[in-house]
Amino acid sequence: MQMGGPMIWNDEFETLPREAMEALQLKRLRDLVDRVYSTVPFYRRKLSEIGYKPGDLRKLEDLSRLPFTTKDDLRENYPFGLFAVPMERVVRIHASSGTTGKPTVVGYTRRDIDTWSELMARTLSCGGTTSGDVVHNAYGYGLFTGGLGAHYGAEKIGAAVIPMSGGNTKRQILIMKDFGSTILLCTPSYALNIAEVMADEGVQPSQLRLKCGLFGAEPWSEGMRREIEKKLRLDALDIYGLSEVIGPGVASECIEEKHGLHVFEDHFIPEIIDPETGKPLPHGEAGELVFTTLTKEAFPVLRYRTRDISRLIPTLCSCGRTLLRMERISGRTDDMLIIRGVNVFPSQIESVLMAVEGVEPHYQLIVTREGTLDVLEAQVEVNESIFTDEIKGLERLAKRVEDDIKDLTGVSCKVRLVEPKTIQRSEGKAKRVIDKRTL
Amino acid sequence: MRVEQISIFLENKSGRLAEVTSVLAAAGVNIRALSLAETADFGILRLIVDQIDRAKQALKDNGFTIGKTEVVALEVPDRPGGLAEIVRILGAAEINVEYMYAFVQRSKDNAIVIFRFDELDKAIEVLTGAGVRILRGEELYAL
Repeated sequence: MQMGGPMIWNDEFETLPREAMEALQLKRLRDLVDRVYSTVPFYRRKLSEIGYKPGDLRKLEDLSRLPFTTKDDLRENYPFGLFAVPMERVVRIHASSGTTGKPTVVGYTRRDIDTWSELMARTLSCGGTTSGDVVHNAYGYGLFTGGLGAHYGAEKIGAAVIPMSGGNTKRQILIMKDFGSTILLCTPSYALNIAEVMADEGVQPSQLRLKCGLFGAEPWSEGMRREIEKKLRLDALDIYGLSEVIGPGVASECIEEKHGLHVFEDHFIPEIIDPETGKPLPHGEAGELVFTTLTKEAFPVLRYRTRDISRLIPTLCSCGRTLLRMERISGRTDDMLIIRGVNVFPSQIESVLMAVEGVEPHYQLIVTREGTLDVLEAQVEVNESIFTDEIKGLERLAKRVEDDIKDLTGVSCKVRLVEPKTIQRSEGKAKRVIDKRTL
Repeated sequence: MRVEQISIFLENKSGRLAEVTSVLAAAGVNIRALSLAETADFGILRLIVDQIDRAKQALKDNGFTIGKTEVVALEVPDRPGGLAEIVRILGAAEINVEYMYAFVQRSKDNAIVIFRFDELDKAIEVLTGAGVRILRGEELYAL
């Protein structure tokens, strides 16, 4: 690390010449494919189906011949079917929401936790974090990978971590002010929420010591970046990760350019594919982002389809990292919603509604942003089988559905009862979601 | 002793009540009493009409969600304390009133109040025993 220059956590691996990086990736990829072939029945079956034999993988380009892994595969192997090590070697389990009732479960060995910590240390370093910093971690702690993932990275750097988790915004502000937090970690929408509450409370950004914020777990825009930077007076960086791949720490913008997120390619191979045909697309073209984990032990994934839309930027960055950059996520190829940082699938809400006797399968989800917070509303038609002439009966029904949705997805959803036939019937694919948010 | 009431689910948006009344008008149905209970999002319109089946059919044909509830219509002496006396009788018998609303017309010197109880049979028994006059459906619809 050079004083005054860009802060690069792992100077060796983050600045490898392309040739050396590809040689390393090939070596690790061959090891990975043979490892999952021999340890995970699911991968052995999928690889056998295409006639793969251990040792067949000769060059990096051969990766595109290998089968994809999808969220459905994860669900079908719930909870531990895709683990590649015995439970004795697993030291941590996280989970994120699945498309239906069952969550997506991921595991970590001790070495995986070390890798993850290293990757989050790199991410935090992308924003200039050093051991002298006070890291205010408002990502949720718990099953969600955000909180603990960021926590370990900050500790690895030697920074002082405040394990805030989300919520209780006034208290967050008080602590940022009194503890002199310099680095803020949370979702971008929560950063805006903090800024708004600060304004309400009469707290000026100059009363805080924030320098940089690393924001992720939901899509955002350049407009939001400008707003956050203006209101909180810090450098706002986009970071990317998903629990199926490792959690946060898959890719990060650097403070020098704030343009594209450096993918930590010595641990993950990114690909962009055409979501319809599955064919790989050349650098620069937009498509679905696919990741292969090179070093993970407990929960490796082979060509995992993220459903996130991005493109890869091959040009070199002024920060000195030679890592490929991915453009900030511009959308999804499926109907997944991200509500206050939590992944929600319309199918989850549907499963709750269908469990209530008499509820019509016609529903619509309306997503809006009130101030800086996402608000989810489910409109449900009232037919004769659920209608009662007492207000409290209908309110009880709405409350029950709200509670069940909250239990299943972890997000609050307001249930609005509407008259029958008022939700638009579509010919073909039902329009389940109306997203009115502008990022 | 029991009176049939129609309830209609309405979203809180302008023009919905007007639609109900015009549907009933077109069907030649006369509204004898009504009450509207509401929350921020929706309301429940409760109606006593002269021709129940006709009203239900017309509302259904026009896509409304409707329900049928049994209520009782009581004659309440039209003087101070008239309603208080009836409520006292109910309270003493531990009968819960879900909701109530007044009828537009009067029967002789009495007001008519529609009551909805969760324990309908018990309520009728207690009220009859206390000498409160309960109107029959035909009497009420014909008023």
